[in-house]
Amino acid sequence: MSGGRSVRLMITCLVDAFYGKVGIATVRVLEAAGYAVDFPDDQTCCGQPPFNAGDWDAARRIGRHCAGVFGADGGPVVTPSASCAAMTRDGYAMLEHPEWPRAWELAEFLIDVAGIRGWPPEGNSRMPGRRVAFHQACHGRAIHLKDKPARLLSMVPGLEIVPIADPEQCCGFGGAFSVTHPNISARIGLEKLRSVQESGVEELVSGDMGCLMHLRGLIDRHSLPLRTLHYAQILAEALDG
Amino acid sequence: MANPPMEDFARRLRPSTLEGIQSATVGRVRERVRLLPFVFADVEAARTQAASIKDEVLADLGGNLVRFEAACLKHGIQVHWALDAARAREIVLDLASRAEGRLVVKAKSMVTEEIHLNAFLEAAGFEVVETDLGEYVVQIDGDHPSHIVAPIIHKTRYEVARSFAQKGLGPYTEDPGELTLQARARLREKFRTASIGISGVNFGVVESGRLVLVENEGNSRLSTTAPSIHIAIMGIEKLIPREADLPLFLRLLAGSATAQRMTTYVHLISGPRREDESDGPREVHLVLLDNGRSAIRSGPYRDVLRCIRCGACLNVCPVYRQASGHAYRHPYSGPIGAVLTPLLEGLEKMGDLARASTLCGACEEVCPVKIPLPHHLLRLRDEAARQGLAPKGIPWSRFASVADEPPMWRSGLTLLPLASGLSEKGWSEVRAAPRREGRPFRRWWDERS
Repeated sequence: MSGGRSVRLMITCLVDAFYGKVGIATVRVLEAAGYAVDFPDDQTCCGQPPFNAGDWDAARRIGRHCAGVFGADGGPVVTPSASCAAMTRDGYAMLEHPEWPRAWELAEFLIDVAGIRGWPPEGNSRMPGRRVAFHQACHGRAIHLKDKPARLLSMVPGLEIVPIADPEQCCGFGGAFSVTHPNISARIGLEKLRSVQESGVEELVSGDMGCLMHLRGLIDRHSLPLRTLHYAQILAEALDG
Repeated sequence: MANPPMEDFARRLRPSTLEGIQSATVGRVRERVRLLPFVFADVEAARTQAASIKDEVLADLGGNLVRFEAACLKHGIQVHWALDAARAREIVLDLASRAEGRLVVKAKSMVTEEIHLNAFLEAAGFEVVETDLGEYVVQIDGDHPSHIVAPIIHKTRYEVARSFAQKGLGPYTEDPGELTLQARARLREKFRTASIGISGVNFGVVESGRLVLVENEGNSRLSTTAPSIHIAIMGIEKLIPREADLPLFLRLLAGSATAQRMTTYVHLISGPRREDESDGPREVHLVLLDNGRSAIRSGPYRDVLRCIRCGACLNVCPVYRQASGHAYRHPYSGPIGAVLTPLLEGLEKMGDLARASTLCGACEEVCPVKIPLPHHLLRLRDEAARQGLAPKGIPWSRFASVADEPPMWRSGLTLLPLASGLSEKGWSEVRAAPRREGRPFRRWWDERS
């Protein structure tokens, strides 16, 4: 820990519920970047699921709780999800609460705030021959995230991000949409998985566990030879050299 | 719980239809992305400028319409005002009835689809012929356009071939060139004998009173010039202030719609045949259609009226690609349709469209006039819920109660509300359930500190 810099981790409800690995990787990555990580224990959800589903009363109630947990005092709020970051910046404004705390997406924070230009920050870990496909989560659009997660990932020496066809295409998750319109959602997802497979890789990396939960569900149902990972997991692996 | 209409519709689509839509839309998106940087030094600046010009028009729409009318009248375009679809149809019928013949040729126009003009005129004894090739195909099939710009994107050429042969247009052929010539032969005769031509309008220029139409086939030129009466129907939002704005809008429209630097034809219509001219229509009428637009203008969805109907948002939309335009149950489909149709037809009837989106935001990214479509979809969802029109689904208020109580959330109840969504049939029908990966984060965190 250098210079007493600290961040507050917004873990996201999906990581909280299912993907402990991703949360652990996120903490390790932030610490390696030189930040002390605080995890406010009372955090729950940002409110996005009901917000997108059209229940804005429920979304406001959760958002208000979130604002209480991540009050104005304390370090920057960082989250391993473009979707949750977009909720706090774009969504809270639509709920007429622009004053509620805004979260940084992890890669955005590491590049724009921490000034990370190489990964890992120390040591010379390499991942020779590691080839992955990257799915850019759509909600990054709302916060102009662009290719920051992929850029961060490509800093790992030896790691190759193999281009996939139509990378700007959605994976078809869409929150409640995935349940209300399962067939359309699945067909969009299978298109995405087809372009991933056509690129000849076995690992699909993304920055949003919503996308990956949906894609993983399709991969398992269709027994496709693909692993799914959050990019924080690869960054954490790189720390182990 | 019954499936939403779009989901049901999409399930019934044939694989060949889906493949056709997929390849056509993906192709257009790629071409558009390649072309636009060659047309505009700064694509982003062009979109921003176009959006602000449309906002300028909309800010004083009433005043602009009055000025536009005055400019039209100056060179002999007769202007009619229609508050709704029924009034617009009556005006058109009244004008058409004054003509000698009963044959109407039509240029491609979405606004006439919106007001269901063809069926109305046919019931009144007119023969109405669509002259855009794609529109002609849907007409002889008794079908409807499924895309704002590419009406038969849902059809294969084999389907067109069968249909042409059945309708006696010529010997069976699957060659698109031959099929086009068959339609052309039939349509030339119609242009020669029609006494009424009906078109839409792409842009109405306020300062000059000129009607601007773009196309690639030449049928709009014939429809608007060969018959003795030309009736143009225009949504009141289609204005642009100045002639000098045309280069920007013409290039944005052609680039976004068909990935062209310029359409093959651009028509600038400024009135009927003059005394010293030997051809052209003897009368040009313009029907200005409101049909709900004023109401949209006065609410939070005003910028939807910036739309120039390029169809770029349809092409890039993952849901449109899997559901097809007909799944939107209205002439305007895709993301713009999912916003516009509930506004025009009511949330009760069409509110489900706003929920049929992943909110991926690709539409907003490509929109040449920067309409924040995902925001509007969200707003419509909220509005529908507030009016009690949202179907019962995941119990979000219960989710909120848990998310508002950290001890409950922590005690493992985290999973419950999420699981209630994930255990829905909709999830498990097509996907495996999520599995836990790694130790629960909180346990790891607690043990480490």
